[in-house]
Amino acid sequence: MPKYITTIGLEVHAQLNTRSKMFCPCPVGYGADPNTQTCPTCLGLPGALPVLNLEAIEKTVLAGMMLGCSTPPISKWDRKNYFYPDMPKNYQTTQFDLPLCLDGGVPLYDLAYPKDAQKSIKNPGKVVKLTRIHLEEDVGKSTHSGIGTQLDFNRAGTPLMEIVSEPDIESAEEAFAYLISLRQILIYGGVSDADMEKGQLRCDVNISVRPEGQKELGAKIELKNLNSIAAVRRAIHHEVERQTEAVMRGEKLLQSTRRWDDDRGETQLMRSKEDAHDYRYFPCPDLLPIRTASIIERVHPRVPESPHAKRARFEQDYSVSAYDAGVLTSDKALAAWFEEAVAADAKVPAKKIANWVINELLGRLNEASSALENSLVKPTALNELVACVESGKISNTQAKEVFDEMFSSGETAVAIIKKKGFEQVSDTGALEAFCDQVISANPEKVAEFKAGNDKVLNWMTGQVMKASGGKANPKVLSELLRAKLA
Amino acid sequence: MSLATETIVSLRKRLLSKEITSADIVRDLAQAIEKKNPTIGAYLSVDTEAALKEAACADVSQPLGGIPIAIKDNINVLGQPCTCGSKMLAENYTSPYNAGSINRLREGGAIPMGRANMDEFAMGSSTENSALGVTRNPWDHERIPGGSSGGSAAAVGGDLAIAALGSDTGGSIRQPAAYCGCVGLKPTYGSVSRYGLVAFASSLDQIGPITKTVEDAALVLNHLCGKDQRDSTSLDISVPDFTASIGQEIKGLRIGLPKEYFIAGIHAGISAAVHQAVKQLESLGAIIEEISLPHTDVGIATYYILAPAEASANLSRFDGVRYGHRAENPVDVLDLYMKSRAEGFGPEVKRRILLGTYVLSSGYYDAYYIKAQRARTLIRQDFTEAFKKVDIILSPTSPVPPFKLGEHQDDPLAHYLADTFTIPPNLAGLPALSVPCGFVNEGGKDLPVGLQFVGKALDEATLLRVGHAYEQSTEWHLRKP
Ligand SMILES: [Zn+2]
Repeated sequence: MPKYITTIGLEVHAQLNTRSKMFCPCPVGYGADPNTQTCPTCLGLPGALPVLNLEAIEKTVLAGMMLGCSTPPISKWDRKNYFYPDMPKNYQTTQFDLPLCLDGGVPLYDLAYPKDAQKSIKNPGKVVKLTRIHLEEDVGKSTHSGIGTQLDFNRAGTPLMEIVSEPDIESAEEAFAYLISLRQILIYGGVSDADMEKGQLRCDVNISVRPEGQKELGAKIELKNLNSIAAVRRAIHHEVERQTEAVMRGEKLLQSTRRWDDDRGETQLMRSKEDAHDYRYFPCPDLLPIRTASIIERVHPRVPESPHAKRARFEQDYSVSAYDAGVLTSDKALAAWFEEAVAADAKVPAKKIANWVINELLGRLNEASSALENSLVKPTALNELVACVESGKISNTQAKEVFDEMFSSGETAVAIIKKKGFEQVSDTGALEAFCDQVISANPEKVAEFKAGNDKVLNWMTGQVMKASGGKANPKVLSELLRAKLA
Repeated sequence: MSLATETIVSLRKRLLSKEITSADIVRDLAQAIEKKNPTIGAYLSVDTEAALKEAACADVSQPLGGIPIAIKDNINVLGQPCTCGSKMLAENYTSPYNAGSINRLREGGAIPMGRANMDEFAMGSSTENSALGVTRNPWDHERIPGGSSGGSAAAVGGDLAIAALGSDTGGSIRQPAAYCGCVGLKPTYGSVSRYGLVAFASSLDQIGPITKTVEDAALVLNHLCGKDQRDSTSLDISVPDFTASIGQEIKGLRIGLPKEYFIAGIHAGISAAVHQAVKQLESLGAIIEEISLPHTDVGIATYYILAPAEASANLSRFDGVRYGHRAENPVDVLDLYMKSRAEGFGPEVKRRILLGTYVLSSGYYDAYYIKAQRARTLIRQDFTEAFKKVDIILSPTSPVPPFKLGEHQDDPLAHYLADTFTIPPNLAGLPALSVPCGFVNEGGKDLPVGLQFVGKALDEATLLRVGHAYEQSTEWHLRKP
């Protein structure tokens, strides 16, 4: 049986989280009453004109920088003509041949793959190449109901980035990892909230299948209506199978657009190539082309460390495992939280703090279905706690108890240790008294120890511990006993 | 004598001396409109009450304080209709906002009064393409007033308005101003806000004044120009006092006559009037030189590719969904689009949408649109070269006098060719002024002739200076129909 090669390219639309819309001062928002966030411009009223939103341009350029794109010296705006009721002007103002960003790529890191696929990553360290990122305006929303179609133009004019990948993706799992990684980068950059449920991130998939050895790509089939990253994976699996079977049967696939039905787990034909639009792109005469040099200069210092770079740095600087670095950098706020905890006292080993963050803090937050920003445990407080463990002030078991309390009350570790009377006695003067007491009360045990029974030491340590009310530092104590018995 | 016959300058004097009030002007205008508009058809609607209300609180200390100005029906004034001469917007559309130019005029104290008829969506040069009524030339009621700002020009020329705003995409201010015996000025592209002007061809459209004298044009221009944050193509430059150039002499001013403009096809009477004007300018001290604008012959073709291309997209928004004419009982949304647009748009608008859609279509875009953009660059370069030698370029405004109504109804090309001299300044973004320069007699009626001055970009001051000097050395502007 011949092998088949799958070629996938993704077109991702990401809404920018700017204060105002792309071409008018209306606020960008979610959940407002229909048609309350509109003006003559975003309603396409006769005579209204667009004005560029500089914040949107800067955010797009910043996203491009994070993704390693280049920005051409001049970028311009074009009209894409098609009639649709949710499009107020019946043309979309977008960018055709001079987009804001070119090239670049999205790194696929192990943790970005679906959990069940992380063990069998085919192309570790792969970077999916990007073709371009351009900026355009979002359309309104139509809702169909018994009484007709309702149109809400609140969303119309929201700045929208279209991020187009090269046909560089080989599998559903890579597409999944691409979206997870891209979303993370967009959130890191603070350019988009990238919530697929809210439609802030939308994805169309271009997919083709061809027998191994065939040079030219198979017919490009576009998938639409993919409402989650998991759905993208499912749809690609289904479509690869469907197309491969068709090709094996000797069927000739035709360029077309298909709609994914997530409930039925299958794609349905929406339109074939013959129905393809002629968008009649031409330069928008209402908007002047922009020179990007000054924008690039302004944005450059604002580019945050990419998740990719942060992961590498965490492994290097904090000696954490690749996995832990992945977890800690999965969220920009978490990474910052961790780094704040480490920085609070550099003497406390970062790796230990990482363990506490990943195993205790995240676990507890997860159990409580709470978010990091609501955590009562503050970074400095965690550092203090770990410092107490490291110095032997409290035991690991005690520390966990203390952490529980910190998590629920927000008190500091030191206060809780005091309150619980966990403070270990490391003061040799105080401990010596207890030791002498136990030694003089048990001459026969001393004799046994001297005869070579090392186990007796444990028994005697227990006795001293009991005498100290459990507060003796076990490490200090056993050293002290050993010295006294020698 | 009705105040409607006066100029802004003369009314300003009488307002400031408290001899008259702004309301007196509004009332005299309302009377003139009532008497003459049924014949002339310059206005589609006039809200006299609204104008009187504004007149009552007019601040006559403002430069245009208390002066009513007629507005072409494609410029949005809050609460007023904005039909664009189309059935598409005639039934139920009221402007929910003010155009930038209207805000500027109001800042100067002016009162927008009356909605002037026009060719539908400014497409045409006779106002016969208005779906909402016929406008007649005040000098000969059998003839067209020109267009597309025919209502504005007929109102000013027929003393139904003191001054008016028009819009000019390929001559739509200057040509009707010439036909109606008025002064018409198309400012430099970008100097007047287009926000609130219903777009025909966005890269060419520009609002400007139609007035009875050049000085009035300067006064209105003072309160039209200026940066508008809502129009990205509006220029961020300081606005000079254009009236400062009024009254300065033109000795030594170099005036160019493009040899390509003075060839066959110009009406003999117009040719004679223009040559007389050239002599007059020479006698005022101007130096006349022949120049060349070698790409003149491709101007019309270039225009009739670029303007419809832009219009085809600009007019897509009229679909019956959100506002404007909506067809009844559509079977689906496509049917709604097709029927609403078929019923709402007139033949010339449809013709240009089709033309524009065609030249942008895949496979034709390079051959038409891109080629036309290149030609536009060449035309612009022609002017740049010419302005190295001269300060002003002079030509007739129109090669022919106004047609009879209906004369060329079935011959759109005849209309298109009449724009030969007015189109190139739009393609080059340059300011141009039409000033009355005589009359031709056709069928026993004297018909006004216009002289076009084209200036360097943003050099309206020189245009107004030469226009005023010429005007004041003649009496053409004093004649009334
Ligand atoms: Zn808006």
